Amino acid sequence: MADASNASQVAAKWRKKRGSLIMALHEIQDVKGYVDWSDAVELAQGMGVSLARIYEVLTFYNFFKLKAPGKAVISVCTGTACYLKGNDKVLEKFKSELGIGEGESTADGMFHLQCVRCVGCCGLAPVCVVNGKTYGRMTPDNVPAILDEWRETFKEN
Amino acid sequence: MVNLKIDNIAVEVEDGASILDAARVANINIPTLCKHPDVDPSAGCGICIVKVGGRIMRSCCTPAAEGMEVITNDAELKEIRKTVLELILSNHPNSCLTCGRNGECELQDMAAQMGVRSEEIRKILSAEPIDDSSKAIVLEPAKCIVCGRCVDICQNTQNVWALSYLHRGMATKITGANDTKLGDSPCIKCGQCAAHCPTGAITDYDTTAQVWDMLKNQDNVTVVQIAPAVRVALGEEFGFDFGSNLTGKIYAALRKLGFAKVFDTNFGADLTIIEEATEFVRRFKEKDNLPMFTSCCPAWVDYLEKYYPEMLPHLSSCKSPHEMVGAIIKTYYAQKLGVEAAKIKVVSVMPCTAKKWEIARDETMSSSGYQDVDAVVTTRELAKMIKQQGIDFASLKDEEADNPLGEYSGAATIFGVSGGVMTAALRTAFFYITGQELGNLCFGPIVGLDAVKVAEVDIMGTKVRIAVVNGVGNAEAVLQEIKKAQENGEEIPYHFVEVMACPGGCIAGGGQPRVMGARFAKPWGINDEIRALRSQGLNCEDEQAKNRLSHHNASIKKLYDEFLGAAGGEKSHHLLHTKYQKRPLYK
Repeated sequence: MADASNASQVAAKWRKKRGSLIMALHEIQDVKGYVDWSDAVELAQGMGVSLARIYEVLTFYNFFKLKAPGKAVISVCTGTACYLKGNDKVLEKFKSELGIGEGESTADGMFHLQCVRCVGCCGLAPVCVVNGKTYGRMTPDNVPAILDEWRETFKEN
Repeated sequence: MVNLKIDNIAVEVEDGASILDAARVANINIPTLCKHPDVDPSAGCGICIVKVGGRIMRSCCTPAAEGMEVITNDAELKEIRKTVLELILSNHPNSCLTCGRNGECELQDMAAQMGVRSEEIRKILSAEPIDDSSKAIVLEPAKCIVCGRCVDICQNTQNVWALSYLHRGMATKITGANDTKLGDSPCIKCGQCAAHCPTGAITDYDTTAQVWDMLKNQDNVTVVQIAPAVRVALGEEFGFDFGSNLTGKIYAALRKLGFAKVFDTNFGADLTIIEEATEFVRRFKEKDNLPMFTSCCPAWVDYLEKYYPEMLPHLSSCKSPHEMVGAIIKTYYAQKLGVEAAKIKVVSVMPCTAKKWEIARDETMSSSGYQDVDAVVTTRELAKMIKQQGIDFASLKDEEADNPLGEYSGAATIFGVSGGVMTAALRTAFFYITGQELGNLCFGPIVGLDAVKVAEVDIMGTKVRIAVVNGVGNAEAVLQEIKKAQENGEEIPYHFVEVMACPGGCIAGGGQPRVMGARFAKPWGINDEIRALRSQGLNCEDEQAKNRLSHHNASIKKLYDEFLGAAGGEKSHHLLHTKYQKRPLYK
């Protein structure tokens, strides 16, 4: 309920300002990490905007997430250098190991897989980042070990 | 005014007109797949390109300017247009032969016109599933070319917001918020999306097979009724002029299809007026939940149930005319015929997709003990059935409807046009209040295609304030006006309000024939000129009718004498009235 009331508060804050739907969605996602159906419904009611319009905006921008992302967010860099150095194969390996596609999370809520364009360390290409930890010179063979490492991390917690 | 030259033809158009509009003034048809007379230009399809001073631009969203010289078609433009079309076709399946729009599709027509004879671009098709959950209209995402007409109509014209654009680029799809199926969405089934879609992406929920089955079954007595608006539009499918009233031919065609009896929903319209005028007079005198809203339009009822449930007490409790006819057929007429109601199948031919949903909307739609209306086919679907049966429609001799559910007044036939239900109801309400007939049978201000039409009618010194809402998108302003007056304890602005969900009324309903450019050598799509012609077809019938008053329909009087008893009485209430419930916007 804490999340829901946040959506209502956000709606109340922005309802009088025209064209502020994106700002409201940002605020909800900043706190909660994603914007789900109940948030959208509350926002629609609170701001007097149709749900159809809210989902048009939510799905137009890749930035917005509709579901809780996995605990470990895997960012595979598909910037030019990483891509040319073979990160497409690394990405495929993550997909097959986890059984999910790009922008999706595993059913157990452990992993979320996404692509990013350049993380600013092309010298280490191909690069992946998991929850802020950078892995350079990636190969598909490294993937299972990284996944195991993060499974262990969250098991300990 | 702006003067410009299009393909060397001098044209004068009003300020703000687009190059596309200007070309049409010069009788030059620039092809387009997204621009429709009813929607704002979106520059979506890229087909309507022209050259202005050597620069290529989209004519739908470029204003005509003074002194402009426009080229609409040269070798380069033709080639680019064809390439753009081929790109669109590369995301469109080649299932024309089995498509609901086969032979009446804007995309198919354009591919033929532009001479597309091969496919050079690799096909990428959407794998999104078909959505037939609304039981009124069917969404087939693979056939969508993302022109945006349906979204514009659903959001901006109808103010319903069931359809939206989700995602972007290649992934763009048109569906409900968060992928909600139409049947679980705010959709009111008006079908205006289907009426404006250029392809087979949005079509009728096809029930013709069901009707053929009913006709085939020898144990059934399958009867049919046609709505007012059907008679002035069906002809377009067979080469008749817009607005041609072909009631007699349609009756003849329905008999040839095998219907045992051919009735007319207009009879039901007269019956509706008796019930609705009685209800209005009572409510007016008792000041009971005024203003009273008309309830003939199932899409409007659905809208109110979803968007303004607090206003439901204002709705007339009368069922829509074809539902009344269904209930009377399966009770009164079944008795007369000496046939069990279970064996009677009632088919309604309607200009409307929402009627497909209405027949099962709640238990009051089965007041006879059986579902009162078994199937609804749209005007478009009837045209298909007539063609399938191999009937030469144009050469049919006029026939009469069967009685007693075939007789109707002029008041009934105008039910199909915005303002008609109000006009018909006032004629009879005036008689009920005063015991006299109205001198002038028409109320000028409520005729026509304006969004909200308002008038004041003097009934023996009592002023009755009426409003007619043309298109459900215009209802919100009137509803808010009423709510505001209620909240402030002020005098209510109106006593009686008519709403028809489709712009123009049922004559331009979601199930009416599509206006096919190729057939009429005109741009595709309905427009206000055609709405006016269809309306005129019904208004003329009223003006020329021997009886223009519902309360003088002899068969209706007999129905009350022999069966129903008093108007608004117990039997009427059971068979002819319904109730309403709050429905969620999203399930």
